Amino acid sequence: MIKVNNLVKTFGPKVAVNRISFEVERGEVLGFLGPNGAGKSTTMRMITGFIPLTEGSITVGGHSIVENPIPAKRLIGYLPENAPAYPDMTVRGFLSFAAEIRGLRGAEKNKAIDRVVELCFLESVVHQSVDTLSKGYRHRTCFAQSIIHDPDILILDEPTDGLDPNQKHEVRGIIKRMGEKKAIIFSTHILEEVEAVCSRAIIIDRGKIVANGTPAELKGRSKAAGTVRLKLGGLSGSVAREKLTQLSAVDKVTLLNDDATASTLDVYTKSPNGSLNAQIADLAHQEQWRIIELYTQEGKLDEVFRNITLPDTKIKEGSAA
Amino acid sequence: MNNTWANIQTVCKRELTGYFASPVAYVFIVIFLVLIGFFTFSAQLGQFFERQEASLSVFFTWHPWIYLFLVPAVGMRLWSEERRQGTLELLFTMPVTPWQTILGKFLASWAFLILALVLTFPIIFTVSYLGSPDIGPIICGYVGSTFLAGGYLAVSSMTSAITRNQVISFILSVVICLFLILAGYPPVTDMLIQWAPSWLVDTISAFSVMTHFFSFQRGVLDSRDVIFFLSLIGFCLFTTSVILRSLRTN
Repeated sequence: MIKVNNLVKTFGPKVAVNRISFEVERGEVLGFLGPNGAGKSTTMRMITGFIPLTEGSITVGGHSIVENPIPAKRLIGYLPENAPAYPDMTVRGFLSFAAEIRGLRGAEKNKAIDRVVELCFLESVVHQSVDTLSKGYRHRTCFAQSIIHDPDILILDEPTDGLDPNQKHEVRGIIKRMGEKKAIIFSTHILEEVEAVCSRAIIIDRGKIVANGTPAELKGRSKAAGTVRLKLGGLSGSVAREKLTQLSAVDKVTLLNDDATASTLDVYTKSPNGSLNAQIADLAHQEQWRIIELYTQEGKLDEVFRNITLPDTKIKEGSAA
Repeated sequence: MNNTWANIQTVCKRELTGYFASPVAYVFIVIFLVLIGFFTFSAQLGQFFERQEASLSVFFTWHPWIYLFLVPAVGMRLWSEERRQGTLELLFTMPVTPWQTILGKFLASWAFLILALVLTFPIIFTVSYLGSPDIGPIICGYVGSTFLAGGYLAVSSMTSAITRNQVISFILSVVICLFLILAGYPPVTDMLIQWAPSWLVDTISAFSVMTHFFSFQRGVLDSRDVIFFLSLIGFCLFTTSVILRSLRTN
């Protein structure tokens, strides 16, 4: 549905987006990750046709956003960053405007408004003017605007920003449900959100894609991925470590905690899909260890995120100071 | 084509609801009516009664000056507010062309100004009651005043696209409109003629709204005057679109 090819955006001498290419198909929810100023919003603004491209091409549902913007924009629902809305209008008036500009009239329009009001939990504020709304309600009003025409494509710039935990949960649920039938791109800073909602994630840093994969694949890049946490009762940790280190699948073993009653160890694997667990189980059986805890750790997305983007963030902070 | 008009209408309707959602619109209309009444009937300024004329010429004479401040006050928020609120991003990612939004917003404010102008209708009754005025110049005067308001408004649309700050937009617009008045204002042209060649003075005053507004007031509906105002509006709205495009580029 969305094809982005070799996208470049420069602001004067500053390169905001540097040769980004990706595709999103129907049924996919693509998470956009990256530090502030990485080029996430700029990319989204180009896909939605708000700012022109410097180089490259974007097609939305087969229409080029540059040459054929109106049919392309019809397919898109867009929630901009900070969720702007006309403060002098009522929520219903605003949604009615959004519906009309999408070509909905009469009964069809009212049905669409009622649908999004219910979906975004706006019943209690429908006749209130936008500037009296709390941040959460304003955000959901703008979100409601983006889905009023039931678009095939949804572009959401930080859709859960400023919401309370319950609302976040609800919005994630909505996105996930919609993702089954639509192509969705959304940006976020919250990594758990990516795991909860996305079928694929892209990490952007300084205008470039630095990682692209399913959340599980990205987590697999973590050093902690595949590491086995082992807690043994009534055994000195250093003895266990010595035995474990001799296993062929073990890379290294760190001793986290060691006292008379129990010891805790992290066993790092040489390859994530190797036979580490089996080897440990065999060893424990052979040595008759009393296992209190044994589990494979998943990688942590925030660790991966930090590893990929941290050096650059440091440089930026240095230059800003 | 149908779609184009529907989009313009939708944008226009939204803008108008924006005006009437706050008391500002009503306050504006009241101020406009009070000012125009005061200038027209005042014994010192308009001398409507003292002249003993069954015409509205004193009424229309004040329009360029009252509009000078009131039209920029209406137009200053046109785009600067969209920029400040971030709704410009919303508007320009919806399936409407920039021209449809520019025109829709402009027409909404123009319609609002025309409404204010229409509400001055009691003065027609007054002058008809007191004498038997020639209706031609009155109609022409109203048409001219409508175009004058449209011309100023287009200037305000342009200046409000330049900045997020409504005050700056207002001041810029007043300055440009003042120039459009003074370039053809008799006291100024009389002074210019003393040292500048007359072709230059004529050229400058041809750009003035006064020259063209005067001929409406005399009851002459000249296509050149209509074309002047339409080109002023067209030029300023075109400049608005250029400014808005360059905003999105940078």
